[in-house]
Amino acid sequence: MEEVPQGCPGTGSAQAGRGASCQGCPNQRLCASGAGAAPDPAIEEIKEKMKTVKHKILVLSGKGGVGKSTFSAHLAHGLAEDENTQVALLDIDICGPSIPKIMGLEGEQVHQSGSGWSPVFVEDNLGVMSVGFLLSSPDDAVIWRGPKKNGMIKQFLRDVDWGEVDYLIVDTPPGTSDEHLSAVQYLSAAHIDGAVIITTPQEVSLQDVRKEINFCHKVKLPVIGVVENMSVFICPQCKKESQIFPPTTGGAEVMCQDLKIPLLGKVPLDPHIGKSCDKGQSFLTDAPDSPATLAYRSIIKRIQEFCGHHPPKEEHLIGS
Amino acid sequence: MEAAAAEPGNLAGVRHIILVLSGKGGVGKSTISTELALALRHAGKKVGILDVDLCGPSIPRMLRAQGRAVHQCDSGWVPVFVDQEQSISLMSVGFLLESPDEAVVWRGPKKNALIKQFVSDVAWGQLDYLVVDTPPGTSDEHMATVEALRPYSPLGALVVTTPQVVSVGDVRRELTFCRKTGLQVVGVVENMSGFVCPHCAECTNVFSRGGGEELARLAGVPFLGSVPLDPELTRSLEEGRDFIRDFPNSPAFPALSSIAQKVLSQAPARLS
Repeated sequence: MEEVPQGCPGTGSAQAGRGASCQGCPNQRLCASGAGAAPDPAIEEIKEKMKTVKHKILVLSGKGGVGKSTFSAHLAHGLAEDENTQVALLDIDICGPSIPKIMGLEGEQVHQSGSGWSPVFVEDNLGVMSVGFLLSSPDDAVIWRGPKKNGMIKQFLRDVDWGEVDYLIVDTPPGTSDEHLSAVQYLSAAHIDGAVIITTPQEVSLQDVRKEINFCHKVKLPVIGVVENMSVFICPQCKKESQIFPPTTGGAEVMCQDLKIPLLGKVPLDPHIGKSCDKGQSFLTDAPDSPATLAYRSIIKRIQEFCGHHPPKEEHLIGS
Repeated sequence: MEAAAAEPGNLAGVRHIILVLSGKGGVGKSTISTELALALRHAGKKVGILDVDLCGPSIPRMLRAQGRAVHQCDSGWVPVFVDQEQSISLMSVGFLLESPDEAVVWRGPKKNALIKQFVSDVAWGQLDYLVVDTPPGTSDEHMATVEALRPYSPLGALVVTTPQVVSVGDVRRELTFCRKTGLQVVGVVENMSGFVCPHCAECTNVFSRGGGEELARLAGVPFLGSVPLDPELTRSLEEGRDFIRDFPNSPAFPALSSIAQKVLSQAPARLS
């Protein structure tokens, strides 16, 4: 790294790249173009847009296929069962948008109005947005590099007309890359309540989930807690338990103890969950007595309690 | 690292390259990559595994190679040998991290740069097969990998799915990706295909059934087989054991062996 020239006006200054002392500096062109100066204006725009959204929850996992979308969808369903609670579900998995299918909204299209894009409504109080709605065929692949994906996420956050929302749930793809950085960056001025992290019991998942928790710490995203999915399988025939995904290193329980993070709950593996998702129906209403439903409901309650106990800093909301 | 553009390249000694892809996460790409490599090794082949999942590098643990160091030689990085006989070598970002919990929080361009290095700057030597394990999706890693491997004419892609519609929905997009990038599909593997209860032998379709075979049929690509859920397989991967050698009577073994056989029969005879 070369030394900063003497008399450098600073990269954020109006004189950046233009001052006399900028001549010969390797960053002169960059500064003169204004690139180093202001942060993305979208961040303020999104902050404004998010003023009507009381609580924002990210659903994350370092690992793929652990049930993020399944959980996001059922968190949305569960919260929306109270018709006075307005719920929004945003799917920022650009390459593998599962939410339309899981919510029974495949084939729906997004409409534009004067106030922006309209989400697709499952119920009056449950609106959904996903790149899936922008694709014309189920075979269409979104083969985009990072910057284009980031642009889409910015649009989703800035241009969707969510209206007055109590909970915005953001479903993410696996990993710790563009989508996650963009979501956190664009929402940085708008206060995210926290992240729910999904895992399955085995170490192969946990090792990725620890990275995700690390990511949350790095970007100062509060962790609401961890959900262990596909915990145990109960045979529908003999009712005996099997561990299909064995917790060889103690599962989420030990990981949460080690990292001092709440374990929100464990959801058993119920074949009906997958079936409900494939049919686009709420598993909570399809199988109200399943141990998995009871587990989901308990977890949802804990998340609501977390949001209730950690009100947004900037605004003092009148209790609903 | 210097560009190896002028030289024959570090992949010159690799006879067949096969990618393992899926639009969907968590369907078993790394599992299938690992078991395929083990099965090919047991068939007497020399195998390399290139793990281009930079955010979630699973392969080192699956082969009990966590924490190993990567050394350099004149031609670049030396891949890590996971066995005494040096019949399976592995390169993964997992080896380059200071701690296993360290998150690789990179945007696309930085990921692309490392993948290019992994393809051109790893001294693979003579290999019968190079298995390339990928993260889920159709984005930077996949485009960078396909572009970097194009000059070496990969055999094609093994596309992994689980039976249910939600998975198949994503995997259809991966097949489109293969079509658009000119990558031949060697076949579709359906993983997590049913679970046989060890107590009463009842088979439950935990993640539904039939989606993989149907997908292959609709897309006009070969269906390579269904692998059932098998806790012994999961446990082997957790502990870095050789499932193919140690559990020949386990439910997943026949399907995994059959898939390896089909891959072996696919490879056209090539002059070295």
